[in-house]
Formats: sequence, structure tokens, C-alpha cells
Amino acid sequence: MTMPSRTEMNRSEAGQAEAGASQPSQGLSETSAEERAALVEAVRDFADARLAPFANQRDADHEFPVETLCEAGQLGLGAICVREDVGGSGLSRLDAIAIYEELARGDIAVATYISIHNMVVGMIDAEGTDEQRRRWLPQLTDMSELASYCLTEPGAGSDAAAVATTAVRDGDDYVLTGTKQFISGAGTSAVYVVMARTGLTDDGGVDPAQRGSRGMTAFVVPASAPGLSFGAEEQKMGWHAQPTRAVVLDGVRVPASDRLGEEGEGFGIAMRGLNGGRLGIAAASIGGAQFALERTVAYVKERATFGQPLATRQHVQFELADMETELQAARALLERAAAKLDAKAPDAPVACAMAKRFATDAGFRVADQALQLHGGYGYLHEYGIERVVRDLRVHRILEGSNEMMRMIVGRAVLGER
Amino acid sequence: MKIVVLVKPVPDTYGDRVLSLETGLADRAASETVLDEITERALEAVIRHAEESAKSGAGEVEVVAMTMAPADSQSTLRKALAMGAASAVHIADERLAGADLVRTAEVLAAALRRAGADLIVAGNGSTDGSGGVMPSMLAELLELPAATRLETIEITADAVRGTRETDGGTMTVTAALPAVVSVTERMPDPRFPALKGIMGAKKKPLEVVALDDLSAELEGLGVALDETASARSIMVAATQRPAREAGEIITDDGTAGERIAAFLADRRLA
Ligand SMILES: Cc1cc2nc3c(=O)[nH]c(=O)nc-3n(C[C@H](O)[C@H](O)[C@H](O)COP(=O)(O)OP(=O)(O)OC[C@H]3O[C@@H](n4cnc5c(N)ncnc54)[C@H](O)[C@@H]3O)c2cc1C
Repeated sequence: MTMPSRTEMNRSEAGQAEAGASQPSQGLSETSAEERAALVEAVRDFADARLAPFANQRDADHEFPVETLCEAGQLGLGAICVREDVGGSGLSRLDAIAIYEELARGDIAVATYISIHNMVVGMIDAEGTDEQRRRWLPQLTDMSELASYCLTEPGAGSDAAAVATTAVRDGDDYVLTGTKQFISGAGTSAVYVVMARTGLTDDGGVDPAQRGSRGMTAFVVPASAPGLSFGAEEQKMGWHAQPTRAVVLDGVRVPASDRLGEEGEGFGIAMRGLNGGRLGIAAASIGGAQFALERTVAYVKERATFGQPLATRQHVQFELADMETELQAARALLERAAAKLDAKAPDAPVACAMAKRFATDAGFRVADQALQLHGGYGYLHEYGIERVVRDLRVHRILEGSNEMMRMIVGRAVLGER
Repeated sequence: MKIVVLVKPVPDTYGDRVLSLETGLADRAASETVLDEITERALEAVIRHAEESAKSGAGEVEVVAMTMAPADSQSTLRKALAMGAASAVHIADERLAGADLVRTAEVLAAALRRAGADLIVAGNGSTDGSGGVMPSMLAELLELPAATRLETIEITADAVRGTRETDGGTMTVTAALPAVVSVTERMPDPRFPALKGIMGAKKKPLEVVALDDLSAELEGLGVALDETASARSIMVAATQRPAREAGEIITDDGTAGERIAAFLADRRLA
């Protein structure tokens, strides 16, 4: 049921994006349009064989397909933008968004987990010492082990600098105590990158100079660390094919050698990670919505009402036109942001926020409209459209809610920092 | 050891395949071109052998993917390289458009001679044409033993062995190298090429060979460089397969048996 025209559209666009983004990504190879097309085709083959046929069932069964993720790791999908010496694929962000889009056409919840895993792996690659990279990354890049990102807390969501989990220095170790909320992959992951508060006074208070974002530090914590435990699996609206749990740190001892970056650099590390993460979430919104749109195009040709196929109605055609236009606009904005991140442009975070806001809103609207055009059938699990709507809803909330994205863009527009 | 896998770009069976009624040839623009599935599986089996051989220290096995196909089907060879072939040979020449089976076999045989292979592996058929005779023709031209329709394949330093189904049972066949074998879709599932493999494919050698490059080998085989005045086969006519009509549903009201018999008799099927 794929629209044959789309392949060409995407391919030629990949070519244009390439021409538009003449800056080669730092340290990474530049991808030709032909290579991009081959990458996309390979990922599509994988998604068609291993994700799409099972997406509905995994949603119904709340199955996190760890074995399939392992296979994805063999393809190099666990570390798309990570350097090759530790098993990464060494590709650019522009390549990565094309890849996430294809994965999400198959299964949004699996694709977004892969994106989160990549974010964490990318953080260790970018911020870690050589020794840390060699120690943690080889098992993560091939996805034989999975990773989670632990920033959010019950009292720190949008206000991420309000993190209350503490990391108290004790000799060569830090002792971490606190609760992380909504952690994707928690319980299954082998590695947790945890943002915690350092810069504490001897009596356990916060040094005034280290308040908020300044007093945060990132740590790499293995699942096996004593004192680490997990909450029950959250019952969610969507993203059923990946678990979300609280992570409880009760006096978890972390050697100083597992600190990522310096003390006080945690907030910056967490935010830099999210730039790429937002691209992945946005791309997955486009891919999920693209799947819904393709289904809808096929459906309105088959479904007749009042003696005419739905596709003959001008209203339906206009809706489809708007859906296609919104997705193409989202793609263009996302490619712009990815190119900026590849080029390490100073305004890349703003471009990523803008693209994340636009693409996740557009993707959700398109999916909802796809459901509407399917009528009552769209509301049935069997058709896969309601799953897409449920899965895409959370993209407007996490990795920075769309309100926070507007805050970032608004500040930039006003020339503030 | 050098193993040449003959791979074939074919129109994707997933979409509609169109025959150009003017030329009688497949309209390659009408559908995406992909690697034929059996040849992908053949490649998988051979690459696995090469990997195992390297791992066990049994010696280096060089895997070459070879095709004779239009110039614009190179992406399929890149896929073969991405999967793990070390190099590729693309025989492309406008003079070969519409080449029949015999002509194709001659040109492939010439290119295989030029490449010098210890083992030649092909699919037992393809999803577009379905002659199924190419491996035997190549063996004949190259004067090599042919073990066809293998469902398993085992390669040693000096022989190839495999099993083939017959009407009565299963046969185990062995041929001394050099040899030609063809394999069926029972070969292992082809791997998904890794992202790194795709990017690395560009750096692997992909040689484009024109007919003139093969003049010496063609001469050696005793066949003409150009198939000029005397074409061996000519397409007389090509017609589009008629659209399928809706079948007739016979509901049994007691006379169904008679009506089915009459239906078959009318069409001379009974
Ligand atoms: C399924 C799922 C998976 C997740 N996975 C992870 C993960 O792996 N790791 C992780 O660290 N976190 C994860 N999160 C957490 C997610 O990032 C947070 O939920 C998100 O940042 C919002 O925080 P909050 O829920 O506390 O909402 P709040 O911050 O309480 O916000 C509530 C609402 O108010 C709005 N709002 C807040 N402040 C303002 C303001 N100043 N002005 C205007 N509007 C405002 C918000 O946009 C939102 O609409 C996940 C969440 C979910 C649901």
C-alpha cells in the first residue's frame, strides 16, 4: 500500500538537502544523494520486515522487542552518528533523520526508543573521555546493551534545572540519591546516564553559587549498581512497545571515573544531548504520520460513500493536500535543523527546537486527520491509525514540551539568551 | 579462492511489472529495480562462507558480484557490495539491450573467463525472465561441471557439494572446482546491509565492462563480438496480459454440479 511516488519524492529531496547543506559534518563522512538513498532503502527493508508487521501486536501486548533492537544494532542503528572506532556508523544528523523517519513508518514506539538510545550513546561519545568511550560504547553501539536518559524528576520536568537528585562526593566515589521519573527503557537498559546535583555544602544544602543549572553533573550508572531500582511500568496512552519506569537511586555509589564531563557540566551535557534527541523525535513524528497518510491515500480510493469513492470529493483532496504539505514543510524545517547541528552552527539548538515543535504538532495533526478520514475504522486498533495517534501524542510533550520549544525560539527571536 | 556470484537486477515484484509492447522488453522505468531475491540469497550463502573461512583461518575467499545489466542499475551492485562482496563487475553495453539467453550466456562466460573464478554461483531462476538455464549454459561454454538447483551448499578448497531435490528424493552432488552451481530460494535469508557497509560500498572496486573489453575472451569462446545480421531469436509479438475478470460464483441450489460441469465443458477444460 505504499505510494510509489513517495520514494522518488524523498530521494530527490535528499539530493536537494545535500546540495543545500554544503557544510560537511565535522569528523563524519559526507553522504551523497545516492548513498542516502541506499541507506534509506536498507532501513526501509528492515522496517518493512521487522517492525511494521508487528507494530499493532507489540502495541497490544506492550512488548519491548529487545531481540529486534539487537538486530537493529547489527545494522549500525544503535549509534548512527557515533564515531566508528567504538562501533558507531559515523553518519551525519541529516542521515539520521532520514533513518528515523523510515523506522517510524514501521513502528513509532520502537523508532523513538532507538532515537533515545542513540542520544545517550552520542552523549558518551561526545562528552566522554577516550577511556570511558572504550569502556561503555562497544556494547551500546551494537545494541547488545541498551541505554536510558535520566533527567526528569517528579519535581523537575520542564524546569529541568530543578533536579533534586543529589550526588555527594565521598572519597573516590559519588553517592547518588533521588528519583528519576518517566525513564524510557528503564528496567531493561544496562546503562543509565543520570543528571544529579553536585555543589552541595557540607550540611547538605545547596551552595548558592551552584543553584539551578550550574550545579548539575552527569554520571554513567550501570544497571548492576547496588541501590538502583525501578518503579512499576507506567500505564501509558501510547508508546506501548517500550517501557517507561521511575528509576530510584538509593545511595548508589558511582566512582568518579564514571562522571561524564566535569562537575557542573551536567546541564549543558543534558541539553546538548537533547538537540539531537529532538531531531529524532521530530523525524519519528514525520515517519509515523507518513505511514498514516499513505494508509489514508489507499483508503479513500477504496471507500465509497453516496456512490462515489471518497477520493473524488474535493474536501478529501484538500485535506490530503494539506497533510502532504504539512509533512513536507516539517521535513524541510527538520533538514535545516539537522544541517545546522551537523555544521555546529551557533543557532542549531534554536533550529532543533523550532523543528521539533513544528514537526511533532504537524505529525499529530496529520495522524488525527488520517483517523478522521478513515471514519469509524480509523478508531479500530486493527487499522493501525489510532495507534499512530496515541504514539505521536507524547512527542509534543517529551524531550522538552512544545511550550518549552516556543520558549527557546521566542527568546532567540527577542535576542535574549 | 575467488567466487563469482552472478546477481541480477530485476523489476521489484512488489509493484506492477510492465512489458513495453513496442520492444517486447520489460519497462524498467515502470518499477523499482532490486536485486533478484534468489541471487541475494546466493550472495548471502557465499559471503557467510567467506566470513567463516576467514575466521577459521581456512584461507581468504574473495567474493565478486557480477551482473550484465543496463547502465542505470548500478545501485543493485552497490547493495551487493554493501552486503559484503569485495568487488563487483558490471557488464553494461547498449549493444546488449534485449540480448537473449544464448547471447547473455556468451557474454557472461567471456566476462567470467576474464575474471578467472574458482567457483561461479548463480540463482536457479529469476523473477523476471524465468529461463532457468543460464547456469547450465555457462557451464557448457566454460567447459566446467555444473551442479544445479542446490538447496544446500558446502564449499571446500577443491570442491563444492550440495543437495538437490528430485521427484523421488534428495540427491547429494559434488563437483571438483572450478565449477558452476545454481542455488534455490532455500538458501539463507539475505542479511540487511549495515549502514557502515553501505557507506563503505562506494570505496570498493566496481568495474564497468563494455563488450569491446571482452573481445579476446569472446573470440576465445568462438563467438562473435557483435550479434549483427543474424539474430538467433526475434520477438514476433508482445501483448499485455488481459485484465483479470471477476470470476463467476455458483451458489448451490441443487444444480451446481451440472453448472460447473457445463462451465468446464464450455471452455474445453473437461
Ligand atoms: C512516555 C514518556 C517518556 C519519557 N521519557 C523520558 C526519558 O527517557 N528521560 C527523561 O528524563 N524524561 C522522560 N520523560 C519526561 C518528559 O520529558 C517530561 O514529561 C516533560 O519534560 C514535561 O515535564 P512534566 O511532565 O513534568 O510537565 P510540567 O513541566 O509539569 O509541565 C506541564 C505543562 O505545563 C507547561 N509548562 C511548564 N512550564 C511552563 C511555563 N513556564 N510556561 C508555559 N507553559 C509551561 C508544559 O509545557 C506542559 O504542557 C518522558 C515522558 C513521557 C510521558
